[in-house]
Amino acid sequence: MSQPAPARPLLEVDGVSVRFGALVAVNRVSLAIAPGEILAIIGPNGAGKTTLLNAISGFYHPYEGRIAFDSTDRTMLSPPDVAALGIARTFQNVALFKGMTVLDNIMTGRLLKMRGNFLLEALYWGPARRQELEHRAFVERIIDFLEIQAIRKTPAGRLPYGLQKRVELARALAAEPKLLLLDEPMAGMNVEEKEDMCRFVLDTNQEFGTTIALIEHDMGVVMDISDRVVVLDYGRKIADGAPEHIRKDQAVLDAYLGVAHD
Amino acid sequence: MTDLLYLVAVAPFTDMAGSPAFLVEVLLGGVFAGLMYSLVALGFVLIFKASGVFNFAQGVMVLFAALTLVGLLERGVPVVVALALTTAVMVALAFAIERLVLRPLVNQEHIILFMATIGLNFFLEGFGEMVWGANVKRLDIGIPDRSFIVRGVQINQLELTAALTAAVLVTVLALFFQKTRIGRALRAVADDHEAALSIGIPLKTIWVVVWSVAGVVAIVAGVMWGAKSGVQFSLSLIALKALPVLILGGFESVPGAIVGGLIIGVGEKVGEVYWGPLVGGAIENWFAYVLALAFLLARPQGLFGEKIIERV
Repeated sequence: MSQPAPARPLLEVDGVSVRFGALVAVNRVSLAIAPGEILAIIGPNGAGKTTLLNAISGFYHPYEGRIAFDSTDRTMLSPPDVAALGIARTFQNVALFKGMTVLDNIMTGRLLKMRGNFLLEALYWGPARRQELEHRAFVERIIDFLEIQAIRKTPAGRLPYGLQKRVELARALAAEPKLLLLDEPMAGMNVEEKEDMCRFVLDTNQEFGTTIALIEHDMGVVMDISDRVVVLDYGRKIADGAPEHIRKDQAVLDAYLGVAHD
Repeated sequence: MTDLLYLVAVAPFTDMAGSPAFLVEVLLGGVFAGLMYSLVALGFVLIFKASGVFNFAQGVMVLFAALTLVGLLERGVPVVVALALTTAVMVALAFAIERLVLRPLVNQEHIILFMATIGLNFFLEGFGEMVWGANVKRLDIGIPDRSFIVRGVQINQLELTAALTAAVLVTVLALFFQKTRIGRALRAVADDHEAALSIGIPLKTIWVVVWSVAGVVAIVAGVMWGAKSGVQFSLSLIALKALPVLILGGFESVPGAIVGGLIIGVGEKVGEVYWGPLVGGAIENWFAYVLALAFLLARPQGLFGEKIIERV
């Protein structure tokens, strides 16, 4: 479903810079993500990919520029507010609730979908219980979808790394996000696990219509699954286009293979 | 040798069997003390679950709540109004702690937050003394400290009321935190701040909620201990009795705090009454700590604690 960015992108990043003191981690980056697209963000280590993702999900606030989601400005929102808009994410170093079971971890992804006053919740015993069951049913669907039935009662901290990544994806999907941000979803996985993860990312995109932005180092994966690729180097965007185009781009080749910077 | 064995292993049990009514009285006394320990421990557990912070100031919060209540009562405020005002003070305290202590220290090491609560401990102690004075005060909430007798068992009305209130509070809290989405949110926050934020849990709200609830629990504990033994600064030391309860029950378990409290309360009373004379008494003072030590050696995560396995 490769296509040029239509008139109304789902997410618009416009001239965003993120600074840490004197270090400019992201330097006036602009990009747009169209609804239904799979966008890969690539670049050498330290290029500012994760920082950009953190700015989109509200963990960092840009020094300049603006970020709009669904045509509404949301540059300065906090992470919980960003999540409430329908943006879910995973982390580079898996951030699961290690003491909880897989099922409970995924249920936490439903917290935003649950109705009711945060404080009075406990009083509504009957409705709260019914609500819990409804959400439980949805979570079971996701568990089936990601093929993790066998580990649903296992504490997340005991799982091997590849499965933890999959559970993290499940928790993100439980929130029924419009935009899913994946920070190196295949890092540290073996070939088989990578293939599974690729399939899940593509299926998520097709079945739920979720728009996906992912950071990935494995070029094979990037070329296979993404509709469009954005390349960052030293905090700047150096290329933006279809995978087959990016593969031949001289600036990208330079950034990866190393060329004297002048 | 056989004499000693008899004294340790047989005589106490024949004593128990000889006077069952007295045994029941001892057990009830233990349950009462245990519930009180549970209440204090519960305050620790709530905050530990939500923020991973070991709140050293929990004992002083109990004292502070009791002092505030007594101070208001002494000025002629009716009991109900005084209770409401004290609750308001504790909630305001929760807001202040979140704003002035927790928020500036977000993402710091746990030990730093722990040190901050030690600071909070001294601040509250000094502040309470400054506002309400340092004298021992009598707390009278209108429940007579009288006893009545049921089937030969002497029951103290104040202790009974206290135990029932504690039991109700503990049940409500257990349901609230174990069965609702706020419970899940709490566990999520305790486990990983970043991940919790990313799934839409507002940290600040959660912190204010748990510190408020811990404040309310402190009021109940303060009222009960205060009514029993007067409001004085040694009240903050019952926090030390809550530590073994936590080690027994597990730091992040609400049911653990309750069961741990009851085991220690009943254990130390029964030990004191039936085995105390053998060692010259005072078992009550060290029983909890020795039991906690044994648990640390055998089952460090406590009875209900979550065993976290670190991958390397």
